[in-house]
Amino acid sequence: MSQTVVQDRDAAQTDTKLDVELRKVFKVFNGETAVRGIDLTIRQGEFFSILGPSGCGKTTTLRLIAGFEKPTGGEVLIRGKSMVNVPPYQRPVNTVFQSYALFNHMTVWDNVAFGLRLKKCSKSELQERVGAALQLVKMEAFARRFPAQLSGGQQQRVALARALVNRPTVVLLDEPLGALDLKLRKEMQVELSNLHQELGVTFVMVTHDQEEALSLSDRIAVMNGGRIEQIGSPSEIYEHPQTPFVADFIGDTNLFQGRVGSIYGSTLQVITPKGLEILVKSQQAWADLPSQSKDVVVSVRPEKIHIGASESGESINCYEGTLKHVMYLGTHVHCVVELRSGDSLTVLQPNQSHRLPELHSVVQVYWSAADCLALPV
Amino acid sequence: MTSPLPSAAPKIRVSWQAILTGLMYGFMYIPILILGFYSFNASRFSATWGGFSLRWYYSLLNDARILSALRDSLAVAFCAVAISAVLGTMMAVGLAKYSFPGKGLYRGISYLPLIIPDIAIAVATLVFLVTVGASLSLWTIIAAHIVFCLAYIAVVVSTRLTGLNPHLEEAALDLGATPAQAFIKVLLPELMPAILSGCLLAFVLSMDDLLIASFTAGGGANTLPMEIFSRVRTGVKPDINALSVLLILASGFLAFLSEYIRFKGNQRRLK
Repeated sequence: MSQTVVQDRDAAQTDTKLDVELRKVFKVFNGETAVRGIDLTIRQGEFFSILGPSGCGKTTTLRLIAGFEKPTGGEVLIRGKSMVNVPPYQRPVNTVFQSYALFNHMTVWDNVAFGLRLKKCSKSELQERVGAALQLVKMEAFARRFPAQLSGGQQQRVALARALVNRPTVVLLDEPLGALDLKLRKEMQVELSNLHQELGVTFVMVTHDQEEALSLSDRIAVMNGGRIEQIGSPSEIYEHPQTPFVADFIGDTNLFQGRVGSIYGSTLQVITPKGLEILVKSQQAWADLPSQSKDVVVSVRPEKIHIGASESGESINCYEGTLKHVMYLGTHVHCVVELRSGDSLTVLQPNQSHRLPELHSVVQVYWSAADCLALPV
Repeated sequence: MTSPLPSAAPKIRVSWQAILTGLMYGFMYIPILILGFYSFNASRFSATWGGFSLRWYYSLLNDARILSALRDSLAVAFCAVAISAVLGTMMAVGLAKYSFPGKGLYRGISYLPLIIPDIAIAVATLVFLVTVGASLSLWTIIAAHIVFCLAYIAVVVSTRLTGLNPHLEEAALDLGATPAQAFIKVLLPELMPAILSGCLLAFVLSMDDLLIASFTAGGGANTLPMEIFSRVRTGVKPDINALSVLLILASGFLAFLSEYIRFKGNQRRLK
């Protein structure tokens, strides 16, 4: 259950070097708490994402690291140094803004050179580094253009080059691909990932796009209501969500409110108010086994549910229901089955050659007890 | 290519909207056109046409009083605009950046000179200056002109500020610029088109002002509008026609320049 928490603690204890550390960080704006006591450790060279719905405090968290906001409580550390009284212009981080915030009165070259010129970089080094940064993002041909003469994707690349050229300890990316159309976004995702691998710099990205976070990140922090719900690798977050919010926010899932009926070893029997009995088998030893008659939420991913007659087995959840809705998605078929109990179940079937039952016919659905999770409410 | 169909003679139809528009523009611009026409009249009297001549323009250039009034006007406008440019920009940036109690009221009061009638500003300034015992001079005109120039420049700059990316300054800080460097290297250049355009507008208004200047002018100070007004009281002379034409052309050019700068600035930002 608490595997990911344990792992995060490991990160803090082992020799892995930390780039960013947040300790009990709070941020209050005019009486409204945006960030409620966040603890975070970001390792050196990691691609770390902060994922959450809008208004969850993820951008505020990034701005706290950048130094644009001062924490109301708690402490931000970068490479072990407290950043309490360090203004943004003295922090070893550079930000890529969602709106790019390029300087419109300067050429692309001057935009990228801005940071180095302030650091009184020698002329030859400046030429070399700006050239290299523009080459890195494939914008060397546009050096003499003004930002207004570039497309959104090109502006994004310039913003990246402007941050990377300073060789920061950490690159902060605030919804970096949010303003791009879908196709360009996919392209830039690949390039971001390549850049990260090539440079080995720590990336901290804020996003509301779960797919983007899952595909790019080494680790993800899922935020909700100013708190971190879970920190873990993409597969941990997806396969072992620790809270109903994470299960629901990452991917699709079916959630059942219920109460623990009886416990057989590592298998729980959960009973919903509508009388549905669900068996949940934990894959690892329960760290804190939900006790009897405790309220839980059972989460079943749509792709783990099968339609058809089940092979009989002990730890199989099998129900009868009516096929209410079928949507053809190409690679998959999306079905909605209404169970006898009245609960609606979303099922994702791979598009195989065998035909699906008729619409409105009675079908059997089943899933293994090991394929679902009981989450504390 | 000829049309196979016999074409009917085009009938000119004039809509009532076109007539109304024509009348309106006539009403607005015919007096100015007549003024321009008579400024080239060789005859001393407006009623008769004595042939085309530039003599009134020549006589203007040799009129010491006109030239000294022009010098006063330019001095007032340059000083008032230069001081207002600095103060107005700071006011607009401050109002956009900081929040403090009573900000809405403060903002309203700052822009009030735009709608207060000139006569009220003129009388109030005069009463104030007399009360504090300040002796009237060219500097008192400048002080009074700053009142409305400041408001105009602040309005134009703050319009531009609201359209500006709010993260520009943060981006500069993020790249290692101190707040002062961020202001000088990023914010000021981004605002420059608006500041210039506001200055030109204020300059034209200052050059044009008769009321406030005549109330606040001290002995010896005499602006161009004041000089024109004093001459017109004894009948319009042809050289005043010529001067008016020059003034119209100059302010038209400045107004156009101001709009052009603003348009260019917006275009670069919006594209």
